[in-house]
Amino acid sequence: MNALSRRGLLGTGGALVVAFSTRPVFAQAEHAPTKLPGSLSVQPHLSGWVQVAPDGAVTVFTGKAELGQGIRTALIQIAAEQLYLAPGVISLVTADTGRTADEGYTAGSHSMQDSGTAIMHAAAQVRAILLQEAASRLGVDAGALSTTNGRVQAADGRSLGYGELVGSLSPDQVASQTIALKDPATYTVMGKKMPRVDIPGKVTGAAAYVQDMRLPGMVHARAVRPPRYGATLAKLDSSKIETMPGVIKIVRDGSYLAVIAEGEWQAITAMRALQDAAVWTGGQPMPDQAKIFETIQSLPVQDSVILDRKAEMAPAVHTLKARYLRPYGMHGSIGPSCAVAQLQDGVMTVWTHTQGVYPDRAALAELLQMPPQAIRCIHTEGSGCYGHNGADDAAADAALLAQALPGRPVRVQWMREQENTWEPFTPAIVAEVQASLSADGTIVDWQYGVWSNTHNMRPGNGGRLMPSWARANPLKPSPPMPIPQPEGGGDRNGIPLYDLPTAHVVSHFVPDMPLRVSAMRGLGAYTNVFAIESFMDELAAAAGIDPVVFRLKHLTDARARDVVQRAAQEFGWDKAASLPAGHGRGFAFARYKNLGAYAAVALEVAVEHETGRVRVVRAQCAVDSGQAVSVDGIRNQIQGGLVQSSSWTLYEAVTYDATGITSRDWSSYPILRFPAAPDSVEVHVINRPGMPFLGTGEATQGPTSAAIANAVMDAAKVRIRELPLSQERVKAAIGV
Amino acid sequence: MISLIVNGTTHQVDVDPATPLLYVLRDTLGMHGAKYGCGLGQCGACTVMLDKQAVFSCLTPVAVLEGRQIKTIEGLGTIEHPGPLQQAFIDEQAAQCGYCIAGMIMRAQALLERTSSPTEAQIRAQMQPNLCRCGTHIRILAAIRLAADTMRQAAIPGRVQEVSR
Repeated sequence: MNALSRRGLLGTGGALVVAFSTRPVFAQAEHAPTKLPGSLSVQPHLSGWVQVAPDGAVTVFTGKAELGQGIRTALIQIAAEQLYLAPGVISLVTADTGRTADEGYTAGSHSMQDSGTAIMHAAAQVRAILLQEAASRLGVDAGALSTTNGRVQAADGRSLGYGELVGSLSPDQVASQTIALKDPATYTVMGKKMPRVDIPGKVTGAAAYVQDMRLPGMVHARAVRPPRYGATLAKLDSSKIETMPGVIKIVRDGSYLAVIAEGEWQAITAMRALQDAAVWTGGQPMPDQAKIFETIQSLPVQDSVILDRKAEMAPAVHTLKARYLRPYGMHGSIGPSCAVAQLQDGVMTVWTHTQGVYPDRAALAELLQMPPQAIRCIHTEGSGCYGHNGADDAAADAALLAQALPGRPVRVQWMREQENTWEPFTPAIVAEVQASLSADGTIVDWQYGVWSNTHNMRPGNGGRLMPSWARANPLKPSPPMPIPQPEGGGDRNGIPLYDLPTAHVVSHFVPDMPLRVSAMRGLGAYTNVFAIESFMDELAAAAGIDPVVFRLKHLTDARARDVVQRAAQEFGWDKAASLPAGHGRGFAFARYKNLGAYAAVALEVAVEHETGRVRVVRAQCAVDSGQAVSVDGIRNQIQGGLVQSSSWTLYEAVTYDATGITSRDWSSYPILRFPAAPDSVEVHVINRPGMPFLGTGEATQGPTSAAIANAVMDAAKVRIRELPLSQERVKAAIGV
Repeated sequence: MISLIVNGTTHQVDVDPATPLLYVLRDTLGMHGAKYGCGLGQCGACTVMLDKQAVFSCLTPVAVLEGRQIKTIEGLGTIEHPGPLQQAFIDEQAAQCGYCIAGMIMRAQALLERTSSPTEAQIRAQMQPNLCRCGTHIRILAAIRLAADTMRQAAIPGRVQEVSR
């Protein structure tokens, strides 16, 4: 792993490194009338993805970021495969407005589809150009050449290294439509075992995160946040704090308050003193937590019908109706958000764990009143984020404070309670469903509605950066917008993948946001799959049909059937009648966004009758992410997703009252701890060589929740439709 | 000046004695392994060993550390020569974002130095104070079991072979 030295971060590669980002963005329109694969459509230049130096060094570029999901390793695998190189010789540059393509956000399980696809095609085309050059130099047919480890070889033993062939690679070379990819049957790297490249450094204490950056002359800063949304700073006497040890500067702009100090502990000590000295007033009224779902459903809505199908169906003999609820949830990164920024010679450099360096740069430009070209955002790993947490806001803090102290790098890390109370939560959601069964247990009618705020308040403008709100001249966040289908936001996965010839699904978009919200892993899919898959079990029970059989009865998609059958088989669904007392089994399935990975989960829970405490004992998952590049990477994501979703499902709800957000730490927002971890979570990857990448990261968030609720029903005969399935709620339902 | 013994090396540090060890490790001594997570002793990201016990470095002022043995993840091995627990975490690919991992390894190290054959319940109880948000628990537990096996087989029961520094 590279240490986070300035040289390492800012250094450039070999002779062919070209600032491609200055080229016209419409180059694609000139050269490629049809859409190029993946993110080649936004950056059609091959040099934007793969560069070969005269010494043969190969650098691959991605506009996506490593968030702990292992994308760095998978992208290197793809490039190595198509370039016929050993993975170890490839350097990968990730999201950096100074060096990489604008691939938007690293979100929505899109990295493999967008960047993986682009790199795969770009690498194959670069290799083809090099091969052609070798053929003409050696005077043989390209088909008679072979490539190993970066050397092109002729049958007679003559060979040329990639570095000797770079003259053939023009930095202006644009990707072509005709693409010869390697035959998946010949893969030696993709789909094969390759340990993650970042783990050795992370387990030995190397500087791996933005939190670990230590630039020469760097100072530490902390912001002081209002006690609740919209509160203003009424009074502050900071004179004694200005002279505290190490304090360089107290920055105040309206109600925006921060301190910069030489040492980190000095900054924290001064921040606490400022917090004690500050008198705050007012603030937005907080919603009543006890009535939040009624509140959400009573706010104005923008309705859209996202599915409306009608067909002649058998008569209904049975109609069921249910309402499912999900409270606000927290990303809860273990490392609070952090950024480092430096203003030097008119250029603001921001090292940030944002999910989108380009959108963040645009928002920062508005906040800082600087041209975007004068700002460089470099993605630097942080703690896992699972969506839009405080990353962009911390970048804004660092940049504002770097502007107040030009020349010196300023590092800002949020405190735990700041992360918990100011991060944008995942919205509270209500889902209502009604369905009818025919005499033979077929769903003949399906009516579904989901009420949700937006799931995207990412920095579209400067006003979406929270630190901008408290300043004397605050910026206004651009208004919330729904994410349209087919991906969807609150209504993501609101349309079941099942065969429902008569179905009506309405997305009730709620623009007013009682609490600050934005994107969290899975968006609305977590709740919609919880609702749909819980209800499928309720319908199966009403029809007197086994829940797995009932799903298969309504599922014709072959790949969906494969994961359902595989998970059931690996779990031993047929043999599960002999579970211990207090144990139950549950099943659930979804195809993420109905466009991404297929995932099915079968799991066993133990419910402690007296206390209501639920634990997932074991789980079997089957997943189809299309062509699998890193099989273990997929397993790791699915396993982690299942455990994280178990934590959301069993424990988590953001709490608040008139004073503000009260989930300030891990005692007031408990998450899963080791004693409650499952004994085993096995993941079966159904590999589809040659098929498109489908992404993986969010696939099990939804199915896990419903599988747990279904297993609790099986174990304790209580159907719980409100998340979380907390000990108190389960105990109350059991009635002990 | 306060004298701190970290991974067998004595350092003289000129800091406010109330400063928690975490900040001295990271900012004064340039050791990045221990992480700030909560500053409250609720997550364990900052875990280091102090005289054979796992402690929260975010809550431990350096004033009480004079003459005591502090061990951090940097003391267990290097990227070239990882210690048994570090190697086990690599072998099991037991990390996602990895932010919590240094703390996990130090808390597990304290257990394995004390108990060469821990039961599953002992491992889980030991790891209870440390949080992982990525959901890597299954792999972390597997890595600890693997390291326990490796360390037992390394002929010095219950003790780690220190990597020479």
